[in-house]
Amino acid sequence: MNLYEGIRVALMSLVHNKMRSFLTMLGVIIGVAAVIIVVAIGQGLKKDTMSRIERMGTNLLMVNPGPSRRGGVVQEMTVINLKEEDAVEIAKTVPGVAGVAPEVRGRVQAKYRSRNTSIQLVGTSVDYAKVRNWKITEGRFFDDSEVRGRKRVCVLGSQVVTDLFYGKPAIGEFVRINGMPFEIIGTAAEVGAMWGSPDSTIVAPLTTVMYRVLGQDNLSSITVSARSAEDVDKVEKGIEVLLRKRHRLRPGQDNDFNIMKQSMFLESMAEAGETMTRLLGAIALVSLLVGGVGIMNIMLVSVTERTREVGVRKAVGARKLDILAQFLVESVVLSTIGGVLGILVGIGFSQLIARQSGWTAIISVSSIIYSFLFAGAVGIFFGLWPAKKAADMDPIAALRYE
Amino acid sequence: MLVEVRGLTKVYDMGKLQVNALNGVDLDIAAGEYVAIMGPSGCGKTTFMNLLGCLDTPTAGTYRLAGQPVEGLTDNQLAQIRNRQIGFVFQTFNLLPQLTALGNVELPMLYAGVRDRHERALAALERVGMADRAYHRPAELSGGQRQRVAIARALVNDPSILLADEPTGNLDSHTGAEVLDLFSTLHGSGMTLVLVTHDSSVAARATRLVRFLDGMVVSDEALSRNELPGGGTS
Repeated sequence: MNLYEGIRVALMSLVHNKMRSFLTMLGVIIGVAAVIIVVAIGQGLKKDTMSRIERMGTNLLMVNPGPSRRGGVVQEMTVINLKEEDAVEIAKTVPGVAGVAPEVRGRVQAKYRSRNTSIQLVGTSVDYAKVRNWKITEGRFFDDSEVRGRKRVCVLGSQVVTDLFYGKPAIGEFVRINGMPFEIIGTAAEVGAMWGSPDSTIVAPLTTVMYRVLGQDNLSSITVSARSAEDVDKVEKGIEVLLRKRHRLRPGQDNDFNIMKQSMFLESMAEAGETMTRLLGAIALVSLLVGGVGIMNIMLVSVTERTREVGVRKAVGARKLDILAQFLVESVVLSTIGGVLGILVGIGFSQLIARQSGWTAIISVSSIIYSFLFAGAVGIFFGLWPAKKAADMDPIAALRYE
Repeated sequence: MLVEVRGLTKVYDMGKLQVNALNGVDLDIAAGEYVAIMGPSGCGKTTFMNLLGCLDTPTAGTYRLAGQPVEGLTDNQLAQIRNRQIGFVFQTFNLLPQLTALGNVELPMLYAGVRDRHERALAALERVGMADRAYHRPAELSGGQRQRVAIARALVNDPSILLADEPTGNLDSHTGAEVLDLFSTLHGSGMTLVLVTHDSSVAARATRLVRFLDGMVVSDEALSRNELPGGGTS
């Protein structure tokens, strides 16, 4: 008996039991659909996140005052070792640098009329907007003279505008920061990204924040943008060499700062997304396995029910292999039809979910192929035992079975 | 000899109890014979038929079918003999309910890998007078019609011997007679038939009567053919 005949016979007996066949397939349908949906949504979320981060620029590096360790003990003094001059020197001497934004951050009380909020204040240089790819929608960013003159001017992140001004025009108004009035000269577009999202910050000149508000001269971090993605590694190296020299670190001594690259962040985000997708995908695969158990259950029932049929087939000359193939083909046909239906349902549902939630769903060809193959494998694996049971039947006993 | 059986013994091992279903049967059947086997229930005639039909293997003794020793063959070889050399007709017809008459008749050819199954199955149905019911399922056929489809299935691979175990047992006397007429016609065209029955009027249609008792052959006689040859189908 050839494969075509086998599939025809299998289809006939499945059609003979339509409702049961469908219910049996349902486990596989749900399993395959779940795999497709999870992977599609997971891939979509990953892409969304990546593009958001990429909007901020992929060429960014962030220098943080890092704990330098000596004998495993964190040296407390080292957290105040990053100075404005470090940033100036990076901008001046490290090749491949496009912009440098020294940043000092602190929590402050911001007040407009009766509205009061605790907020992050960022003091920085004029490069900040360019380095961070921060779009000023109204007004302007502060300039060099304002930085040098320690002027009390500030730019508001989009969330702050909403919180303090309920979205009304804020330019020219004054906001009190720790009691001091600051003139609002600009407001920024929403960024919505992570990694120190500037949406809910107030940005003011570095010198003003250092000496007038926070009273400190060490930096929280230095954000550096490289000219291109290829320059990032070179810039990282340059900063390291420069800062080690400036901080008078002896060879063999650990850095008292650390440099984070946006690309590293991007990778770790991608990795987290991938892990999540894999995890959920694995759960979906488990449900596919459960579907396989359903197939095995029904195939066992079917084999018992059709004991006489097996007997008749053996009596007219079916070999063990013929019977084995017949039931195996039947379970594989069940699982692959279930797989195809599951793929259709999965594609449909991920589109629906994407449309309803505004997420992106990326249906990957590989997830379709893999889940289909897996469904087929489930059919073989869980069909094998019932098929073997049928094939091993004694023809006489099978013929006499009532 | 088409069938040569020597000292054929079958013991069923039921745990503590050992049941001797056959106790050394010797029997030869020549090609073209029409043998009826009679005997009371439990005399071993069905066991003998199962062994002849290669559905079962003997505990001891030898069985040669068309000169080929059958004992010691593998399951697959036995399946092939059942497929090519033996046609089986059962008391309960044993047609597959989900297949049409045609599909049922095609079944042995499916396992033989025959190509023009459709034509040959139709021809076999024609031979038993069921060609006009080819596309009916067993449930839509009467008992006699079902048995004729079953006979068509048994014949379709041109077996060297046709084995029938109580083929009229589930039929009324009229349709039973039709089936027996068919057997006589087949015998007339040279087919070897072995038929198990407990009805002496059925046995009387054969050319030879073998009686079984307690797993042994107790009598073996040729029947004078004073009935109408070919069953009087005219």
